Amino acid sequence: MSIARFWRETPRRYNLGGSKCTMCGTVYFPPRAVCPTCAHHRESIGKMEPFQLSGDGEVFSYTTVHEPAEGFEMQVPYVLALVRTVEGPVLTGQVVDLAPEDVRIGLKVRATFRKLREEGKAGVIHYGYKFAPAEDLPNRPPGRPRGAVGAPAGSESDRAAA
Amino acid sequence: MRDVAVLGVGMTKFGELWDRSFREIGIEAGLQALVDAKLSSGDLGALYLGNMASGSLIDQEHIGPLILDYAGLGARHLPAVRVEGGGASGSLALHQGYLAVASGLYDFVVVGGAEKLTDVPDATGNQITSSAADHEWEVVFGGTLPALWAMIARRHMHQYGTTREQLARVAVHAHEMGSKNPNAHYRNKVTLEQVIGAGPVAEPLGVFDCAPLSDGAAAVVLGPMELAHKYSERPVRIAASAVACDTMAVQHRRDVTTLDSTVLAARRAFEQAKRAPADVQVAEINDAYTISALLALEDLGFSEKGHAGPDFEAGRFARGGEVAVNMSGGLKAQGRPFGAVGVAQVVELVRQLRGEAKDRQVANPTLALAHDVGGTGATSVVTLLERAS
Amino acid sequence: MDAGIVSYGAYVPRYRITPAEIGRVWGADGEGMGQSLNVVRKSVPAPDEDTITISTEALRVALVRGAIDPQQIGAIYVGSESHPYAVKPTATVVAQAVGATPNLTAADFEFACKAGTAAIQTCLGLVGAGMAKYGVAIGSDTSQGAPGDALEYSASAGGAAFVIGRDHVIARVERTLSYTTDTPDFWRREGQRYPSHSGRFTGEPAYFRHETECARRIMEAAGTTPKEYRHVVFHQPNGKFPQRVGKQLGFTEDQMRYGLVTPYIGNTYSGAALIGLANVLDHAGPNERILVVGYGSGAGSDAFDLTTTDAIAEFDRSYGRPVQSYLDSGVELSYGVYAKYRGKIHMGGS
Repeated sequence: MSIARFWRETPRRYNLGGSKCTMCGTVYFPPRAVCPTCAHHRESIGKMEPFQLSGDGEVFSYTTVHEPAEGFEMQVPYVLALVRTVEGPVLTGQVVDLAPEDVRIGLKVRATFRKLREEGKAGVIHYGYKFAPAEDLPNRPPGRPRGAVGAPAGSESDRAAA
Repeated sequence: MRDVAVLGVGMTKFGELWDRSFREIGIEAGLQALVDAKLSSGDLGALYLGNMASGSLIDQEHIGPLILDYAGLGARHLPAVRVEGGGASGSLALHQGYLAVASGLYDFVVVGGAEKLTDVPDATGNQITSSAADHEWEVVFGGTLPALWAMIARRHMHQYGTTREQLARVAVHAHEMGSKNPNAHYRNKVTLEQVIGAGPVAEPLGVFDCAPLSDGAAAVVLGPMELAHKYSERPVRIAASAVACDTMAVQHRRDVTTLDSTVLAARRAFEQAKRAPADVQVAEINDAYTISALLALEDLGFSEKGHAGPDFEAGRFARGGEVAVNMSGGLKAQGRPFGAVGVAQVVELVRQLRGEAKDRQVANPTLALAHDVGGTGATSVVTLLERAS
Repeated sequence: MDAGIVSYGAYVPRYRITPAEIGRVWGADGEGMGQSLNVVRKSVPAPDEDTITISTEALRVALVRGAIDPQQIGAIYVGSESHPYAVKPTATVVAQAVGATPNLTAADFEFACKAGTAAIQTCLGLVGAGMAKYGVAIGSDTSQGAPGDALEYSASAGGAAFVIGRDHVIARVERTLSYTTDTPDFWRREGQRYPSHSGRFTGEPAYFRHETECARRIMEAAGTTPKEYRHVVFHQPNGKFPQRVGKQLGFTEDQMRYGLVTPYIGNTYSGAALIGLANVLDHAGPNERILVVGYGSGAGSDAFDLTTTDAIAEFDRSYGRPVQSYLDSGVELSYGVYAKYRGKIHMGGS
């Protein structure tokens, strides 16, 4: 795909930069310019603020893909899931580092950073989020955001998601 | 707004039409419909053409005038408009044609749908058609149309106890009906064991849970109801044409196991026609994936939420059941030429309402429903067709 | 030196392959090869992993453990001999992915297996000079040996990230010293897919000479002897070489216990000594002295004389996996799947 088209989404694809409606508090990923759900639809224009997801969530549904999307041929069969994040938004992403037969609805997962696809052997490499099982991992220490996306509010990476 | 009638129908065979080009199949369907309507081309006001991806599939955009030209109507300088809504392109075009006639702007229009999918390799065809899903937030991450529908299926099974066998029944039924349809892409019957034992595409969906990539075209001629009897012995009235949209990506749906677009399109259509699901005797619904059919039956109001699987197993949607569903063989067996699907649904239902469906004929239907879906449900179109008295 | 290690994290991909399985394909005594190299299994990256993703995962762990604001990072250097791009930095992707951009300097380092330790030295200089609050040094690789070559039995994937700073230092760097010569023991020419090596020449004149000389010189400069170190970490292209170097220098098995990780994950090249150091830090208490001697072909050694501080007792290692879990776990692959994952199968087409 177009380099610019992918590149401009890197704050989202690398760092899970979403947005939050300051009128009703709902969190969205990818970020939205207007709140689709709250009663303040019109008033929310210009009042959506950047919000970074932690990358923690659980599998809401999943499939094991045998006929792959373009660029995923080397990973067949791969698990694709709808992941409900702890902040609310549901994301579509691969679940890696787990045998397909061990994936289940409710599995706790955590965002990980992987190659999404390559533009052939000579082209650019696109990176972004996938999910890995988190159940056997220690919990995130309280008050400590993920290094991945954990730039404090107002920092450069936060603003980049706006 | 005035009442609109379907005056003529036509369609090509669906399937692998290796020796026929996009323009050839488009014209064949359109001319069939014109002849069926006993209409002179001089009566036509406009052409609406449903097509999803001609640019990617055959390197040809701007296909409205192309079809008009090769249909021999170039010199008449009619307006020709292409309409795109993923897999629902055909019925969206029908909606536009319906509005044009209902408004009084044109008296007679041709609505066509055409797609040529076998001019690219299967993998390319799958990649191109997956662009009906959200490319940036689903496809980039490994999503395909069957994979996204498979996640809907898995959730439906989890929430409602829908079984693998119930999904498979949808395919068995489709092939059973396809065997009676000379235009169908697949005319072979399949068993439950074959469906369940087929190779996986995106679990729990296997090869037989997924409609094929087909070539094909279909067309209808629409005109005002008040003039219908002049052009057709058995005109069919469009009792309602309703469209509803939803979030592009499955991940953003209110409920992953419900197509709100279908719920809303159906509600609007039944309100417009002042009818209810129980009044429908025959329906063509989206069964692009076996799970799509179960969702449709629930979201259209034919089954309670979560009950479509058992209801299907119980034979409620067989020929002779409460609602005879997909007598054409559906997308699964009749075929899935994306932009042609919605128009072909109407072709089948008009034939049913006229009593011309031969081996597939349902006994004396009066109200029929067509249900077309784009992508994973971002667009749904519901059309109600009524036998004109 | 008042700068030191503030935080760290390691990452090793999930897949493993055994020397026996590799030998089975090439008609060689793989098991015997594994025993002579002291490599039980080696790690294999998934097809969607590379030096960039491994570096990012390791650094993310380090940033959470150290509660470090990525915007305070002044430099990121990634040492590797398997940067995914020949031209276009690994470090910029890593910087973006951890939220450290744009107010920092970033670059890729290459010095065979010691590019990561060279990055630590550079960070020590930057931080020591007050040019950066935190400097990040990463050693990470997804190394390949040519199919059937002896290197294939050990070349693996993994990495570790170290945050260098002056506040809340958990391991103070007392001293660092390097020993560098022009020694052509191992190389990869531009455009070549797999590295070449000079066989047994990689031993005495290359690895052993540089490791022992560098270790002796730093101890001499520090006025220390082996017994003053609680832990020692050597570069570990296999499991045997570091054991032999340790013995030559007078270190005991116990001192090498945590620093030797190659037998269980293979040779992670730029990651090797650093994952060993990460494992040592996983187990270390306050006031333990650590000697680290990295080695890179071509050739050079970087030595570090470290002492853990009281802060390590408070340091929260609970986020991310301990190195031990990578040594203990993994999913074994057949050679066929390994070859597919590593791009060793000619796929045809364009």
